[in-house]
Amino acid sequence: MNHSEALNGQLAPPSAGTPARKAVEVRNASVVYQTADTPVHALSDICLDFHEGEFVSLIGPSGCGKTTLMRVIADLEHISAGEVLVNGVSPHDARLARAYGYVFQAPALFPWRNVLANVTLPLQIQGKGKADAKRIAMEHLERVGLKGFEGKYPWQLSGGMQQRVSIARALSFEPKILMMDEPFGALDEITRDRLNEQLQQLWQRERRTVVFVTHSIAEAVYLSTKIVVMSPRPGRIVKVIDSPLPDARHLGLRDTPEFMALAHEVREALADGHH
Amino acid sequence: MATTKTLPQRIVHDWLPVTVVLLVVVLAWYGAAWALNAPGAIERVLDEEAGYTQRELFEATMTMERPLMPAPHQVAMDFYESLTEWPVDSPRNLIYHVIVTGQSTLLGFVLGTALGLLLSVLIVHSRTLDKALLPWIVASQTVPVLAIAPIVLVVLGSLGFSGTAPKAFIAMYLCFFPVTVAMVQGLRSPQKIETEMMHTYAASRWQSLWLLRLPAALPFLFPALRVGVAAGLVGAMVAELPTGAQAGLGARLLTGSYYGQTTQIWSALVMSALLGLALTGMVAVVERLVLRSRGGV
Repeated sequence: MNHSEALNGQLAPPSAGTPARKAVEVRNASVVYQTADTPVHALSDICLDFHEGEFVSLIGPSGCGKTTLMRVIADLEHISAGEVLVNGVSPHDARLARAYGYVFQAPALFPWRNVLANVTLPLQIQGKGKADAKRIAMEHLERVGLKGFEGKYPWQLSGGMQQRVSIARALSFEPKILMMDEPFGALDEITRDRLNEQLQQLWQRERRTVVFVTHSIAEAVYLSTKIVVMSPRPGRIVKVIDSPLPDARHLGLRDTPEFMALAHEVREALADGHH
Repeated sequence: MATTKTLPQRIVHDWLPVTVVLLVVVLAWYGAAWALNAPGAIERVLDEEAGYTQRELFEATMTMERPLMPAPHQVAMDFYESLTEWPVDSPRNLIYHVIVTGQSTLLGFVLGTALGLLLSVLIVHSRTLDKALLPWIVASQTVPVLAIAPIVLVVLGSLGFSGTAPKAFIAMYLCFFPVTVAMVQGLRSPQKIETEMMHTYAASRWQSLWLLRLPAALPFLFPALRVGVAAGLVGAMVAELPTGAQAGLGARLLTGSYYGQTTQIWSALVMSALLGLALTGMVAVVERLVLRSRGGV
Protein backbone atom coordinates (compact mmCIF):
# COMPACT_ATOMS: atom_id res chain seq x y z
CA MET A 1 0.00 0.00 0.00
CA ASN A 2 1.28 3.43 -0.86
CA HIS A 3 0.79 5.52 2.25
CA SER A 4 1.91 8.82 0.81
CA GLU A 5 -0.84 8.59 -1.79
CA ALA A 6 -3.34 7.23 0.64
CA LEU A 7 -5.29 10.35 1.46
CA ASN A 8 -5.90 11.45 -2.12
CA GLY A 9 -9.08 13.41 -2.18
CA GLN A 10 -11.51 13.71 -5.02
CA LEU A 11 -12.65 17.25 -4.33
CA ALA A 12 -11.26 20.04 -6.45
CA PRO A 13 -9.55 22.86 -4.51
CA PRO A 14 -11.73 25.97 -4.30
CA SER A 15 -10.97 28.66 -6.82
CA ALA A 16 -8.41 31.09 -5.52
CA GLY A 17 -9.14 34.81 -5.26
CA THR A 18 -12.67 34.75 -3.86
CA PRO A 19 -12.68 36.16 -0.31
CA ALA A 20 -13.02 33.31 2.16
CA ARG A 21 -16.15 33.25 4.28
CA LYS A 22 -16.00 32.89 8.00
CA ALA A 23 -16.39 29.30 9.17
CA VAL A 24 -16.21 30.04 12.88
CA GLU A 25 -16.70 33.33 14.73
CA VAL A 26 -16.03 33.57 18.43
CA ARG A 27 -16.96 36.86 20.15
CA ASN A 28 -15.99 37.51 23.78
CA ALA A 29 -16.72 33.92 24.67
CA SER A 30 -16.19 32.77 28.26
CA VAL A 31 -16.67 29.43 29.91
CA VAL A 32 -16.86 29.39 33.69
CA TYR A 33 -17.20 26.24 35.77
CA GLN A 34 -18.65 26.56 39.23
CA THR A 35 -16.61 24.52 41.68
CA ALA A 36 -17.03 24.17 45.42
CA ASP A 37 -14.79 27.07 46.41
CA THR A 38 -14.04 29.34 43.45
CA PRO A 39 -15.31 29.61 39.87
CA VAL A 40 -12.82 28.28 37.29
CA HIS A 41 -12.39 30.32 34.12
CA ALA A 42 -11.79 27.65 31.49
CA LEU A 43 -12.07 30.27 28.77
CA SER A 44 -11.90 33.99 29.34
CA ASP A 45 -13.08 36.53 26.79
CA ILE A 46 -12.01 34.69 23.63
CA CYS A 47 -12.26 36.46 20.26
CA LEU A 48 -11.36 34.48 17.13
CA ASP A 49 -12.26 34.13 13.45
CA PHE A 50 -11.59 31.06 11.34
CA HIS A 51 -12.07 31.36 7.60
CA GLU A 52 -13.19 28.63 5.30
CA GLY A 53 -10.33 26.51 4.07
CA GLU A 54 -8.02 27.39 6.93
CA PHE A 55 -6.13 24.78 8.90
CA VAL A 56 -6.21 26.17 12.43
CA SER A 57 -4.24 24.66 15.30
CA LEU A 58 -5.05 25.42 18.90
CA ILE A 59 -1.89 24.89 20.94
CA GLY A 60 -1.06 25.38 24.59
CA PRO A 61 -0.29 23.57 27.83
CA SER A 62 -2.85 21.43 29.67
CA GLY A 63 -5.66 23.46 31.14
CA CYS A 64 -5.38 26.32 28.64
CA GLY A 65 -8.86 25.62 27.35
CA LYS A 66 -7.93 24.53 23.82
CA THR A 67 -10.12 21.45 23.99
CA THR A 68 -12.86 23.41 25.76
CA LEU A 69 -12.81 25.98 22.95
CA MET A 70 -13.21 23.27 20.34
CA ARG A 71 -15.95 21.56 22.34
CA VAL A 72 -17.79 24.88 22.52
CA ILE A 73 -17.58 25.22 18.75
CA ALA A 74 -18.82 21.62 18.43
CA ASP A 75 -21.76 22.19 20.81
CA LEU A 76 -20.38 19.66 23.28
CA GLU A 77 -20.09 22.40 25.86
CA HIS A 78 -21.91 25.68 26.45
CA ILE A 79 -20.50 29.16 26.83
CA SER A 80 -21.26 31.21 29.92
CA ALA A 81 -21.03 34.52 28.08
CA GLY A 82 -20.35 35.88 24.60
CA GLU A 83 -21.31 34.51 21.22
CA VAL A 84 -20.13 31.66 18.97
CA LEU A 85 -21.22 31.22 15.36
CA VAL A 86 -20.42 28.24 13.15
CA ASN A 87 -21.15 28.79 9.48
CA GLY A 88 -23.15 31.81 10.60
CA VAL A 89 -25.47 29.89 12.94
CA SER A 90 -25.27 28.78 16.56
CA PRO A 91 -23.16 25.70 17.35
CA HIS A 92 -26.38 23.85 18.20
CA ASP A 93 -27.93 24.54 14.80
CA ALA A 94 -24.62 23.82 13.07
CA ARG A 95 -24.45 20.46 14.80
CA LEU A 96 -28.00 19.58 13.78
CA ALA A 97 -27.09 20.62 10.21
CA ARG A 98 -24.14 18.20 10.43
CA ALA A 99 -21.67 21.00 9.77
CA TYR A 100 -18.67 19.28 11.26
CA GLY A 101 -17.02 15.93 11.75
CA TYR A 102 -15.29 15.41 15.08
CA VAL A 103 -12.26 13.19 15.61
CA PHE A 104 -11.73 12.41 19.28
CA GLN A 105 -8.50 11.63 21.14
CA ALA A 106 -9.39 7.95 21.05
CA PRO A 107 -10.69 6.28 17.87
CA ALA A 108 -13.98 5.38 19.64
CA LEU A 109 -14.79 2.68 17.09
CA PHE A 110 -17.67 0.38 18.01
CA PRO A 111 -16.07 -3.03 18.63
CA TRP A 112 -19.19 -4.87 17.40
CA ARG A 113 -19.04 -3.19 14.01
CA ASN A 114 -16.43 -3.94 11.40
CA VAL A 115 -14.43 -1.15 9.78
CA LEU A 116 -16.94 -0.58 7.00
CA ALA A 117 -19.90 -0.51 9.38
CA ASN A 118 -18.06 1.92 11.65
CA VAL A 119 -17.52 4.32 8.76
CA THR A 120 -21.13 4.04 7.58
CA LEU A 121 -22.45 4.80 11.09
CA PRO A 122 -22.95 8.56 10.58
CA LEU A 123 -24.45 7.91 7.15
CA GLN A 124 -26.85 5.38 8.65
CA ILE A 125 -27.88 7.96 11.26
CA GLN A 126 -28.50 10.46 8.49
CA GLY A 127 -30.76 8.00 6.76
CA LYS A 128 -28.59 7.22 3.72
CA GLY A 129 -29.47 4.05 1.85
CA LYS A 130 -27.37 0.98 2.52
CA ALA A 131 -25.80 0.77 -0.92
CA ASP A 132 -25.03 4.50 -1.05
CA ALA A 133 -23.55 4.45 2.44
CA LYS A 134 -21.35 1.51 1.53
CA ARG A 135 -20.09 3.13 -1.65
CA ILE A 136 -19.28 6.39 0.13
CA ALA A 137 -17.60 4.62 3.04
CA MET A 138 -15.44 2.53 0.71
CA GLU A 139 -14.36 5.71 -1.04
CA HIS A 140 -13.34 7.32 2.23
CA LEU A 141 -11.56 4.19 3.43
CA GLU A 142 -9.55 4.25 0.23
CA ARG A 143 -8.67 7.89 0.84
CA VAL A 144 -7.18 7.06 4.24
CA GLY A 145 -5.34 4.07 2.78
CA LEU A 146 -7.46 1.35 4.32
CA LYS A 147 -8.82 -0.27 1.20
CA GLY A 148 -9.04 -4.01 1.85
CA PHE A 149 -9.53 -3.57 5.60
CA GLU A 150 -13.27 -2.92 5.46
CA GLY A 151 -14.15 -6.41 6.75
CA LYS A 152 -11.77 -6.28 9.72
CA TYR A 153 -12.88 -5.56 13.26
CA PRO A 154 -11.30 -2.70 15.25
CA TRP A 155 -9.30 -5.01 17.50
CA GLN A 156 -7.58 -6.41 14.42
CA LEU A 157 -6.12 -3.00 13.54
CA SER A 158 -3.17 -1.02 14.94
CA GLY A 159 -3.78 2.22 16.83
CA GLY A 160 -2.80 4.31 13.81
CA MET A 161 -5.15 2.41 11.53
CA GLN A 162 -7.98 2.74 14.03
CA GLN A 163 -7.52 6.50 14.12
CA ARG A 164 -7.52 6.59 10.32
CA VAL A 165 -10.83 4.74 10.36
CA SER A 166 -12.19 7.35 12.73
CA ILE A 167 -11.02 10.10 10.36
CA ALA A 168 -12.74 8.36 7.46
CA ARG A 169 -15.87 8.14 9.61
CA ALA A 170 -15.73 11.85 10.48
CA LEU A 171 -15.35 12.75 6.80
CA SER A 172 -17.86 10.25 5.44
CA PHE A 173 -20.74 12.72 5.38
CA GLU A 174 -18.57 15.48 3.88
CA PRO A 175 -18.87 17.97 6.71
CA LYS A 176 -17.68 21.50 6.01
CA ILE A 177 -15.47 21.54 9.08
CA LEU A 178 -13.21 18.82 10.47
CA MET A 179 -12.45 19.09 14.17
CA MET A 180 -9.65 17.03 15.64
CA ASP A 181 -8.88 16.84 19.34
CA GLU A 182 -5.28 15.63 19.72
CA PRO A 183 -6.10 12.84 17.28
CA PHE A 184 -2.58 11.43 17.16
CA GLY A 185 -1.67 12.03 20.81
CA ALA A 186 -1.75 8.36 21.74
CA LEU A 187 0.34 7.17 18.77
CA ASP A 188 4.07 6.64 18.46
CA GLU A 189 6.10 9.34 16.77
CA ILE A 190 6.75 7.45 13.54
CA THR A 191 3.07 6.70 13.00
CA ARG A 192 2.25 10.22 14.03
CA ASP A 193 4.61 11.72 11.42
CA ARG A 194 3.12 9.58 8.70
CA LEU A 195 -0.45 10.48 9.66
CA ASN A 196 0.48 14.17 9.83
CA GLU A 197 1.81 13.95 6.31
CA GLN A 198 -1.34 12.21 5.12
CA LEU A 199 -3.55 14.73 6.89
CA GLN A 200 -1.59 17.55 5.25
CA GLN A 201 -2.14 16.02 1.83
CA LEU A 202 -5.82 15.48 2.56
CA TRP A 203 -6.20 19.13 3.48
CA GLN A 204 -4.19 20.12 0.38
CA ARG A 205 -6.64 18.29 -1.87
CA GLU A 206 -9.89 19.29 -0.22
CA ARG A 207 -9.13 22.59 1.52
CA ARG A 208 -11.68 21.75 4.12
CA THR A 209 -11.68 23.92 7.25
CA VAL A 210 -9.79 22.05 9.96
CA VAL A 211 -9.66 22.89 13.65
CA PHE A 212 -6.87 20.92 15.27
CA VAL A 213 -6.02 20.71 18.96
CA THR A 214 -2.47 19.70 19.85
CA HIS A 215 0.26 20.25 22.38
CA SER A 216 3.03 19.51 19.89
CA ILE A 217 4.73 22.57 18.43
CA ALA A 218 6.15 20.62 15.48
CA GLU A 219 2.72 19.23 14.62
CA ALA A 220 1.05 22.65 14.81
CA VAL A 221 3.70 24.35 12.70
CA TYR A 222 3.84 21.59 10.12
CA LEU A 223 0.08 21.37 9.59
CA SER A 224 -1.41 24.80 10.15
CA THR A 225 -2.09 27.94 8.17
CA LYS A 226 -3.04 29.61 11.44
CA ILE A 227 -1.70 28.84 14.90
CA VAL A 228 -3.61 29.97 17.97
CA VAL A 229 -1.36 29.94 21.05
CA MET A 230 -3.28 29.65 24.31
CA SER A 231 -2.42 29.92 27.97
CA PRO A 232 -4.05 28.67 31.18
CA ARG A 233 -5.57 30.25 34.33
CA PRO A 234 -7.64 31.78 32.92
CA GLY A 235 -7.82 30.06 29.51
CA ARG A 236 -6.99 32.81 27.00
CA ILE A 237 -5.36 33.49 23.65
CA VAL A 238 -1.77 34.67 23.81
CA LYS A 239 -1.08 35.06 20.13
CA VAL A 240 -2.54 34.22 16.73
CA ILE A 241 0.14 33.48 14.16
CA ASP A 242 -0.62 33.29 10.44
CA SER A 243 1.85 30.82 9.00
CA PRO A 244 4.24 32.20 6.38
CA LEU A 245 5.01 28.68 5.19
CA PRO A 246 3.93 27.62 1.70
CA ASP A 247 0.68 25.62 1.50
CA ALA A 248 2.30 22.58 -0.07
CA ARG A 249 4.35 20.86 2.59
CA HIS A 250 6.43 17.78 3.11
CA LEU A 251 8.18 16.41 6.18
CA GLY A 252 11.54 17.75 4.95
CA LEU A 253 10.18 21.24 5.52
CA ARG A 254 10.75 20.73 9.21
CA ASP A 255 14.52 21.17 8.77
CA THR A 256 14.27 24.52 6.96
CA PRO A 257 15.10 27.85 8.69
CA GLU A 258 11.54 29.16 8.02
CA PHE A 259 10.02 26.21 9.85
CA MET A 260 12.40 26.60 12.78
CA ALA A 261 11.79 30.33 12.99
CA LEU A 262 8.04 29.75 13.16
CA ALA A 263 8.46 26.99 15.75
CA HIS A 264 10.61 29.39 17.74
CA GLU A 265 7.90 32.05 17.54
CA VAL A 266 5.31 29.59 18.84
CA ARG A 267 7.63 28.49 21.64
CA GLU A 268 8.24 32.11 22.65
CA ALA A 269 4.52 32.80 22.68
CA LEU A 270 3.92 29.71 24.85
CA ALA A 271 6.64 30.90 27.24
CA ASP A 272 5.12 34.41 27.32
CA GLY A 273 1.80 32.91 28.29
CA HIS A 274 3.37 31.45 31.39
CA HIS A 275 4.54 34.82 32.77
CA MET B 1 -6.71 -18.98 18.88
CA ALA B 2 -8.20 -22.25 17.75
CA THR B 3 -5.62 -24.97 17.59
CA THR B 4 -6.50 -28.25 16.01
CA LYS B 5 -6.38 -31.14 18.43
CA THR B 6 -6.54 -34.82 17.75
CA LEU B 7 -9.66 -36.63 18.89
CA PRO B 8 -8.07 -38.36 21.93
CA GLN B 9 -6.53 -35.05 22.99
CA ARG B 10 -9.91 -33.39 22.70
CA ILE B 11 -11.59 -36.06 24.74
CA VAL B 12 -8.99 -35.75 27.49
CA HIS B 13 -9.05 -31.97 27.36
CA ASP B 14 -12.80 -31.38 27.17
CA TRP B 15 -14.33 -34.36 28.92
CA LEU B 16 -11.85 -35.66 31.47
CA PRO B 17 -12.37 -32.96 34.14
CA VAL B 18 -16.15 -33.16 34.05
CA THR B 19 -16.05 -36.97 34.02
CA VAL B 20 -13.81 -37.07 37.08
CA VAL B 21 -16.21 -34.82 38.96
CA LEU B 22 -19.16 -36.97 37.89
CA LEU B 23 -17.34 -40.06 39.12
CA VAL B 24 -16.61 -38.47 42.49
CA VAL B 25 -20.25 -37.39 42.82
CA VAL B 26 -21.54 -40.87 41.99
CA LEU B 27 -19.16 -42.49 44.46
CA ALA B 28 -20.14 -40.04 47.18
CA TRP B 29 -23.78 -40.71 46.33
CA TYR B 30 -23.31 -44.46 46.75
CA GLY B 31 -21.52 -43.83 50.04
CA ALA B 32 -24.34 -41.61 51.27
CA ALA B 33 -26.98 -44.12 50.15
CA TRP B 34 -25.23 -46.87 52.04
CA ALA B 35 -24.83 -44.79 55.23
CA LEU B 36 -28.34 -43.35 55.20
CA ASN B 37 -30.18 -46.52 54.25
CA ALA B 38 -28.32 -48.85 56.60
CA PRO B 39 -30.52 -48.24 59.71
CA GLY B 40 -33.72 -48.73 57.69
CA ALA B 41 -32.34 -51.80 55.98
CA ILE B 42 -31.34 -53.36 59.28
CA GLU B 43 -34.78 -52.66 60.70
CA ARG B 44 -36.97 -53.58 57.76
CA VAL B 45 -35.08 -55.90 55.43
CA LEU B 46 -32.50 -57.89 57.35
CA ASP B 47 -33.16 -60.37 60.07
CA GLU B 48 -31.17 -58.98 62.97
CA GLU B 49 -31.43 -62.11 65.10
CA ALA B 50 -30.23 -64.42 62.39
CA GLY B 51 -27.30 -62.07 61.79
CA TYR B 52 -26.06 -60.68 58.48
CA THR B 53 -22.77 -60.00 56.77
CA GLN B 54 -21.58 -56.55 55.77
CA ARG B 55 -22.02 -57.64 52.17
CA GLU B 56 -25.67 -58.49 52.75
CA LEU B 57 -26.17 -55.13 54.46
CA PHE B 58 -24.62 -53.28 51.52
CA GLU B 59 -26.74 -55.13 48.99
CA ALA B 60 -29.86 -54.40 51.03
CA THR B 61 -29.13 -50.66 51.17
CA MET B 62 -28.78 -50.58 47.40
CA THR B 63 -32.03 -52.35 46.54
CA MET B 64 -34.61 -51.09 49.03
CA GLU B 65 -38.17 -50.43 47.90
CA ARG B 66 -38.51 -46.96 49.42
CA PRO B 67 -35.01 -46.00 50.47
CA LEU B 68 -34.25 -42.83 52.37
CA MET B 69 -31.68 -42.17 49.69
CA PRO B 70 -32.01 -44.14 46.47
CA ALA B 71 -28.75 -45.27 44.90
CA PRO B 72 -27.75 -43.81 41.52
CA HIS B 73 -28.56 -47.01 39.61
CA GLN B 74 -32.05 -47.11 41.13
CA VAL B 75 -32.69 -43.53 40.00
CA ALA B 76 -31.26 -44.31 36.59
CA MET B 77 -33.54 -47.36 36.26
CA ASP B 78 -36.62 -45.41 37.33
CA PHE B 79 -35.66 -42.61 34.94
CA TYR B 80 -35.16 -45.01 32.06
CA GLU B 81 -38.36 -46.96 32.71
CA SER B 82 -40.40 -43.77 32.92
CA LEU B 83 -39.14 -42.73 29.50
CA THR B 84 -39.44 -46.09 27.79
CA GLU B 85 -42.37 -47.92 29.35
CA TRP B 86 -45.00 -45.18 29.13
CA PRO B 87 -46.31 -43.10 26.24
CA VAL B 88 -45.24 -39.44 26.13
CA ASP B 89 -48.76 -38.24 27.03
CA SER B 90 -48.84 -40.36 30.20
CA PRO B 91 -48.21 -38.64 33.54
CA ARG B 92 -45.92 -41.57 34.29
CA ASN B 93 -43.54 -40.39 31.61
CA LEU B 94 -41.11 -37.65 32.70
CA ILE B 95 -41.09 -36.15 29.21
CA TYR B 96 -44.76 -35.30 29.69
CA HIS B 97 -43.85 -33.24 32.75
CA VAL B 98 -40.84 -31.70 31.04
CA ILE B 99 -43.09 -30.42 28.25
CA VAL B 100 -45.58 -28.97 30.73
CA THR B 101 -42.94 -27.25 32.86
CA GLY B 102 -40.76 -26.28 29.91
CA GLN B 103 -43.70 -24.54 28.22
CA SER B 104 -44.48 -22.30 31.16
CA THR B 105 -40.78 -21.67 31.78
CA LEU B 106 -40.16 -20.59 28.19
CA LEU B 107 -43.27 -18.43 28.03
CA GLY B 108 -42.35 -16.81 31.35
CA PHE B 109 -38.77 -16.38 30.18
CA VAL B 110 -39.81 -14.61 26.98
CA LEU B 111 -42.27 -12.37 28.84
CA GLY B 112 -39.78 -11.69 31.64
CA THR B 113 -37.01 -10.81 29.19
CA ALA B 114 -39.34 -8.46 27.32
CA LEU B 115 -40.45 -6.85 30.59
CA GLY B 116 -36.83 -6.56 31.76
CA LEU B 117 -35.76 -4.92 28.49
CA LEU B 118 -38.66 -2.49 28.61
CA LEU B 119 -38.02 -1.55 32.23
CA SER B 120 -34.28 -1.09 31.69
CA VAL B 121 -34.83 1.18 28.66
CA LEU B 122 -37.35 3.27 30.65
CA ILE B 123 -35.02 3.47 33.65
CA VAL B 124 -32.01 4.49 31.59
CA HIS B 125 -33.92 7.20 29.76
CA SER B 126 -35.72 8.76 32.66
CA ARG B 127 -34.20 9.86 35.93
CA THR B 128 -37.67 9.96 37.46
CA LEU B 129 -38.46 6.39 36.48
CA ASP B 130 -35.02 5.34 37.70
CA LYS B 131 -35.86 6.69 41.13
CA ALA B 132 -39.47 5.52 41.05
CA LEU B 133 -39.05 1.99 39.70
CA LEU B 134 -35.71 0.62 40.81
CA PRO B 135 -36.51 0.36 44.56
CA TRP B 136 -39.74 -1.49 43.77
CA ILE B 137 -37.98 -3.82 41.38
CA VAL B 138 -35.42 -4.72 44.03
CA ALA B 139 -38.11 -5.03 46.70
CA SER B 140 -40.15 -7.36 44.48
CA GLN B 141 -37.36 -9.91 44.66
CA THR B 142 -37.23 -9.92 48.45
CA VAL B 143 -40.76 -11.34 48.57
CA PRO B 144 -40.39 -15.13 48.72
CA VAL B 145 -41.74 -16.68 45.54
CA LEU B 146 -43.25 -19.44 47.64
CA ALA B 147 -45.46 -16.84 49.31
CA ILE B 148 -46.48 -15.01 46.18
CA ALA B 149 -47.13 -18.05 44.00
CA PRO B 150 -50.39 -19.19 45.68
CA ILE B 151 -51.76 -15.64 45.64
CA VAL B 152 -51.02 -15.26 41.94
CA LEU B 153 -52.52 -18.66 41.20
CA VAL B 154 -55.71 -17.85 43.09
CA VAL B 155 -56.09 -14.37 41.60
CA LEU B 156 -55.34 -15.44 38.04
CA GLY B 157 -57.48 -18.52 38.52
CA SER B 158 -60.47 -16.37 39.53
CA LEU B 159 -59.92 -14.36 36.36
CA GLY B 160 -60.15 -17.51 34.33
CA PHE B 161 -56.45 -18.10 33.76
CA SER B 162 -55.26 -21.54 34.66
CA GLY B 163 -52.70 -24.04 33.43
CA THR B 164 -49.72 -22.46 31.74
CA ALA B 165 -50.51 -18.76 32.21
CA PRO B 166 -50.19 -18.47 36.01
CA LYS B 167 -47.05 -20.58 36.02
CA ALA B 168 -45.54 -18.46 33.25
CA PHE B 169 -46.40 -15.40 35.31
CA ILE B 170 -44.37 -16.68 38.26
CA ALA B 171 -41.51 -17.61 35.93
CA MET B 172 -41.65 -14.10 34.48
CA TYR B 173 -41.61 -12.65 37.98
CA LEU B 174 -38.26 -14.32 38.63
CA CYS B 175 -36.88 -13.79 35.09
CA PHE B 176 -37.33 -10.07 34.62
CA PHE B 177 -35.16 -9.07 37.56
CA PRO B 178 -31.69 -10.20 36.41
CA VAL B 179 -32.48 -8.93 32.91
CA THR B 180 -33.52 -5.50 34.20
CA VAL B 181 -30.50 -5.07 36.45
CA ALA B 182 -27.99 -6.26 33.86
CA MET B 183 -29.51 -4.21 31.06
CA VAL B 184 -29.59 -1.02 33.13
CA GLN B 185 -25.88 -1.53 33.66
CA GLY B 186 -25.31 -2.52 30.03
CA LEU B 187 -27.26 0.37 28.54
CA ARG B 188 -25.20 2.71 30.69
CA SER B 189 -21.91 1.06 29.71
CA PRO B 190 -21.05 3.25 26.66
CA GLN B 191 -18.27 5.67 27.45
CA LYS B 192 -18.71 9.44 27.41
CA ILE B 193 -16.68 9.70 24.22
CA GLU B 194 -19.08 7.32 22.43
CA THR B 195 -22.22 9.14 23.51
CA GLU B 196 -20.62 12.47 22.58
CA MET B 197 -19.76 11.08 19.18
CA MET B 198 -23.41 10.15 18.61
CA HIS B 199 -24.25 13.69 19.77
CA THR B 200 -21.99 15.21 17.09
CA TYR B 201 -23.81 13.15 14.47
CA ALA B 202 -27.06 14.68 15.76
CA ALA B 203 -28.37 11.18 16.42
CA SER B 204 -31.80 10.92 18.01
CA ARG B 205 -32.34 9.20 21.36
CA TRP B 206 -33.84 6.27 19.55
CA GLN B 207 -30.82 6.02 17.23
CA SER B 208 -28.43 6.23 20.19
CA LEU B 209 -30.35 3.45 21.86
CA TRP B 210 -30.51 1.23 18.81
CA LEU B 211 -27.03 1.85 17.40
CA LEU B 212 -24.97 2.34 20.55
CA ARG B 213 -26.64 1.44 23.84
CA LEU B 214 -28.30 -1.84 22.89
CA PRO B 215 -25.31 -3.37 21.07
CA ALA B 216 -23.04 -2.24 23.92
CA ALA B 217 -25.39 -3.91 26.41
CA LEU B 218 -25.54 -7.30 24.66
CA PRO B 219 -22.55 -8.79 26.54
CA PHE B 220 -24.39 -7.86 29.76
CA LEU B 221 -27.66 -9.36 28.56
CA PHE B 222 -26.64 -12.96 27.92
CA PRO B 223 -25.31 -13.87 31.37
CA ALA B 224 -28.53 -12.36 32.75
CA LEU B 225 -30.58 -14.49 30.37
CA ARG B 226 -28.81 -17.62 31.58
CA VAL B 227 -29.55 -16.72 35.19
CA GLY B 228 -33.07 -15.69 34.19
CA VAL B 229 -34.01 -18.90 32.43
CA ALA B 230 -32.78 -20.98 35.36
CA ALA B 231 -34.68 -18.77 37.81
CA GLY B 232 -37.74 -19.05 35.57
CA LEU B 233 -37.59 -22.84 35.78
CA VAL B 234 -37.55 -22.64 39.57
CA GLY B 235 -40.51 -20.25 39.39
CA ALA B 236 -42.51 -22.53 37.13
CA MET B 237 -41.85 -25.55 39.36
CA VAL B 238 -42.72 -23.68 42.54
CA ALA B 239 -45.96 -22.55 40.87
CA GLU B 240 -46.83 -26.21 40.30
CA LEU B 241 -46.68 -27.02 44.01
CA PRO B 242 -49.60 -25.16 45.63
CA THR B 243 -52.23 -26.26 43.13
CA GLY B 244 -51.38 -29.85 43.77
CA ALA B 245 -51.06 -29.79 40.04
CA GLN B 246 -51.34 -33.01 38.17
CA ALA B 247 -48.72 -32.13 35.62
CA GLY B 248 -45.24 -30.66 35.60
CA LEU B 249 -41.94 -31.54 37.25
CA GLY B 250 -42.95 -29.62 40.38
CA ALA B 251 -46.12 -31.68 40.63
CA ARG B 252 -44.13 -34.84 40.08
CA LEU B 253 -41.86 -33.89 43.00
CA LEU B 254 -44.91 -33.23 45.14
CA THR B 255 -46.70 -36.50 44.39
CA GLY B 256 -43.42 -38.32 44.94
CA SER B 257 -43.18 -36.89 48.43
CA TYR B 258 -46.89 -37.55 49.19
CA TYR B 259 -46.45 -41.24 48.55
CA GLY B 260 -42.91 -41.58 49.85
CA GLN B 261 -41.68 -42.44 46.37
CA THR B 262 -38.14 -41.24 46.97
CA THR B 263 -36.82 -42.72 43.75
CA GLN B 264 -39.49 -40.87 41.79
CA ILE B 265 -38.54 -37.61 43.51
CA TRP B 266 -34.94 -38.14 42.59
CA SER B 267 -35.59 -38.89 38.96
CA ALA B 268 -37.81 -35.80 38.72
CA LEU B 269 -34.97 -33.87 40.30
CA VAL B 270 -32.47 -35.20 37.80
CA MET B 271 -34.90 -34.40 35.00
CA SER B 272 -35.36 -30.81 36.18
CA ALA B 273 -31.60 -30.40 36.36
CA LEU B 274 -31.31 -31.68 32.80
CA LEU B 275 -34.09 -29.32 31.71
CA GLY B 276 -32.25 -26.43 33.38
CA LEU B 277 -29.04 -27.40 31.59
CA ALA B 278 -30.86 -27.64 28.27
CA LEU B 279 -32.45 -24.22 28.72
CA THR B 280 -29.22 -22.47 29.70
CA GLY B 281 -27.47 -24.36 26.90
CA MET B 282 -30.04 -23.00 24.48
CA VAL B 283 -29.31 -19.45 25.65
CA ALA B 284 -25.57 -20.11 25.33
CA VAL B 285 -26.03 -21.27 21.73
CA VAL B 286 -27.97 -18.12 20.87
CA GLU B 287 -25.29 -16.05 22.59
CA ARG B 288 -22.57 -17.72 20.55
CA LEU B 289 -24.39 -17.16 17.27
CA VAL B 290 -25.12 -13.52 18.04
CA LEU B 291 -21.62 -12.72 19.25
CA ARG B 292 -20.04 -14.52 16.33
CA SER B 293 -22.12 -12.48 13.90
CA ARG B 294 -20.54 -9.34 15.31
CA GLY B 295 -16.91 -10.35 15.33
CA GLY B 296 -16.73 -12.14 18.66
CA VAL B 297 -17.39 -9.21 20.98
